[in-house]
Amino acid sequence: MAMLAAQNLTLAYDQQVIIRELGVTIPNGKVTALVGPNGCGKSTLLRGLARLMAPRAGAVLLDGKSIARLSSKQVARQLGVLPQGPTAPEGMTVRELVSQGRYPHQSLLRQWSEEDEAAVEWALETTALADMHGRVLDTLSGGQKQRAWIAMTLAQQTPVLLLDEPTTFLDMAYQVEILSLLDELNEREGRTIVMVLHDINQASRYAHHLIAMRGGQVVAEGDPRDIIDHSLICDVFGLECHVVRDPVSGTPLCLPQSCPLRLLNKEGRDTTP
Amino acid sequence: MTGNRASARRRFGRGALLALAALVVIGLALASMSVGSMRIPFGEVLGGIFSPSGSINDLILTTVRLPRTLAGLLVGASLAVAGAIMQALTRNPLASPGILGVNAGAALAVVIAVLLLGNPPLATYALFGLVGALLAGALVYALAAAPGVGASSPLRLALAGAVLAAFLGSLTTALLLLDLNTLDQVRFWTAGSLAGRDMELLRLTAPYMLAGLLLSVPLARQLTALSLGDDVARGLGVRSGWIKLVAGLVAVLLAGGSVALAGPIGFVGLVAPHLARFIVGVDYRWIVPLSALLGAALVSLGDVGARLAAKPNEIPVGVLMALIGAPFFIYLARTRMRR
Amino acid sequence: MSAKRQDGNDVWLVVRLRGLSMRLPRRSLPVMAVLLALLATMTVLSVSQGELRIAPFEVVRAVVGLDTGNPDHALVVREFRLPRIVLAMLVGTALALSGAILQGITGNGLAEPGVLGISQGAGLAAVALLTLSPATSGNLLPAVALLGGLGAAALIYLLAWDSGSSPMRLLLVGIGVAAVASALTTYLIVLGGITEVQRALLWLTGSVYGRSWGHVRTMGLWLLVLAPFALLGARALNVLTLGEAPAKALGQRVNFARTGLILVAVALASGAVAMAGAISFVGLVAPHVARRLVGPAHEGLLPVSALFGALLVLVADLIGRTVIAPAQLPVGIVTAVIGAPYLLYLLLRGRSA
Repeated sequence: MAMLAAQNLTLAYDQQVIIRELGVTIPNGKVTALVGPNGCGKSTLLRGLARLMAPRAGAVLLDGKSIARLSSKQVARQLGVLPQGPTAPEGMTVRELVSQGRYPHQSLLRQWSEEDEAAVEWALETTALADMHGRVLDTLSGGQKQRAWIAMTLAQQTPVLLLDEPTTFLDMAYQVEILSLLDELNEREGRTIVMVLHDINQASRYAHHLIAMRGGQVVAEGDPRDIIDHSLICDVFGLECHVVRDPVSGTPLCLPQSCPLRLLNKEGRDTTP
Repeated sequence: MTGNRASARRRFGRGALLALAALVVIGLALASMSVGSMRIPFGEVLGGIFSPSGSINDLILTTVRLPRTLAGLLVGASLAVAGAIMQALTRNPLASPGILGVNAGAALAVVIAVLLLGNPPLATYALFGLVGALLAGALVYALAAAPGVGASSPLRLALAGAVLAAFLGSLTTALLLLDLNTLDQVRFWTAGSLAGRDMELLRLTAPYMLAGLLLSVPLARQLTALSLGDDVARGLGVRSGWIKLVAGLVAVLLAGGSVALAGPIGFVGLVAPHLARFIVGVDYRWIVPLSALLGAALVSLGDVGARLAAKPNEIPVGVLMALIGAPFFIYLARTRMRR
Repeated sequence: MSAKRQDGNDVWLVVRLRGLSMRLPRRSLPVMAVLLALLATMTVLSVSQGELRIAPFEVVRAVVGLDTGNPDHALVVREFRLPRIVLAMLVGTALALSGAILQGITGNGLAEPGVLGISQGAGLAAVALLTLSPATSGNLLPAVALLGGLGAAALIYLLAWDSGSSPMRLLLVGIGVAAVASALTTYLIVLGGITEVQRALLWLTGSVYGRSWGHVRTMGLWLLVLAPFALLGARALNVLTLGEAPAKALGQRVNFARTGLILVAVALASGAVAMAGAISFVGLVAPHVARRLVGPAHEGLLPVSALFGALLVLVADLIGRTVIAPAQLPVGIVTAVIGAPYLLYLLLRGRSA
């Protein structure tokens, strides 16, 4: 099983250093969520781990080997990545998009083997897109499109999946759908999943391991049930909130305090001062 | 209190810059009048304009140099303002009269005129050039305003304009191939030049450009709102449909008048507004006048260069403008388009 | 499970042989067959037209080398008409492939070799040769034009390079370089002798008039070497169209792929322009038509674009030769007259890849 880790990693865009000498290990076979306020570097870290960005210093290790040394196809066979807000070209069908996921396993002479076909079928089934396989992507809803892109990364058949904000811009039902799918993939097949999430409550519900960041550094990491509390949210987000127990999942649930607050008494009457 | 002081200081600063630009323009105008096959010293220039004494130099000044210099100033200012308007209208930093095919339309019309009429005077060139420019401008304006094109992608509009210009250019070439005489006559004009532009021609074409320049003053404030986007503009009370129409008309008048007077000159309309924007910021009330001054300065400078660079021959101003403007355009493309 | 496999195979034809496998969109096969048939018939038709009208049956006999009863036929067909017609098809193929690749790389449906400064660079070189040293032109012209086109492309690439080969910057820098080349060309046209200028202008418009078997051989070789690379790049193009990040994520070496494909596109376009001048719009229109016929997958898009491009230039040449006979309209004008209205229609519909 692939072990993904960052070692003394420094990531920067042009002159601006986002992450400096960061060290973090992604636990195998678990769902890890990267959370933090805007600009904290969580997306940058994911891009660095996914080899979408070259590090300014330090290294990203896969099974102890620096991924910068591996060929892009080798890396693509280990790490599946879903970047933020992808757009597909006009007229592409679901099946064609998912088929692209087989690219790292193909070559000039091996353009479409039986394994490729089987992988695509499996990916379509797992994401419940099998009956929509011929539809043009533009005609699908947001959630379906996102599922199609996830199906593409599934067809890659990688032990590790990295997703950058897979639920942003989707409505609640689709968000739950995607997250449940990822949870299932992890449970059933033991895939390592790393995702950047905006919603801390979703993160605590679905992730085994949480990495909270601020200003390019890791503020805390661990099981959400252990680390999410009032002081962490204050540290990371600068937000006052109540932390209670989610009645459905048993994980921590953050309820922000902000003013003005509409206070309703027991009878549901507005008692706002 | 401090806010007012700061903005007053800014206004003073920008006003001072405008005045400085105006001085530069006057200096270049004087240079333009003194340079040529006969070098006329500055002192004589001023004397010659205000109290002509009938000497040969004074004759040259009033019949040749003065109209040519004025033409250069007018064309430069008009093209610059037309470019500024087009950039605001299309919210596209790549827009300019040349890139949007207006010049190519004028060239085609002129070639048709020469083909039909044989050896028409410069004034006929001007007339046909104006009509051709107006028609091409209307066509591109329609494309820019159509849904799905333009505002969302600077690149798409630039490409569409470039392809339209190429299309019109190939039609022009076809006609030129059919008739050797036309080719011989027209080729200097199509390069853009201020040579031989006399008072009569100026009188013919200046009204369009002057009208456009005058109209651009009240337009400028609406342009700033428009450059923020249609919805924002409407929220600010700008009747964007109307304004777009008027602004488009003004831009095409300015560009059309310029082409009629001096032939197709490219890149002033692109370069001057950007320079102005670097200096005075994004408020079109300042960009428009400064662009006009900078454009006038650029063309005057180019015209002086055109006369000096290959003495005693003249390099067409249009060629010089592209050679100066294109590297700047490429620089812009590198710095402004990061992805 | 096997029922679902059928669905995939509805769209694609897969060929497998001992561990090797290849696939092609099914739709493209009948379309290519039809285009080939059209090419054959239009070739015969085109050869038959001209000052000396030759019946189609006799055309076929003359092409194959059989006697047709009229000794002129062999000469006219084999020395005059066939070379230019074959060249027209080869040039159209090259331009269409180049356009399809560029549209795929830039993700912009308005990209075409003519807008990238390649034709202007070649044009500048050719006009310089024709006006500055008219006596030596002739055979040197294609080579000089080729160098001009490749030179302009290299310049554009270098100027647009900024730790990466962003497609958008490439197109914008291309517009700038094209403007410089055009300005210099204009200057040369203003200065040159009128007869030289006329020759230069004719070359600039794009024409296959007077082209010989020598031209055909050169272009044929050029295409033979480059076209396979273009077609092999189909899969890479598919991945590139997903966007830079997903392409990298799938393990593609994006900069390498883009550079390679641009090189092929530039070489194809430069070769075509060197042989026949700057024929416009083929590289733009052909990929769009192909996309409507067989969809965006490049395994089908590239060959269909190529065949359609060949057909377009062939037909344009036929029209150019016959519509104002005995005078001839250069093929580059007819393609522009056909291409521009289609382009405007595309724009008004707001479509671009």
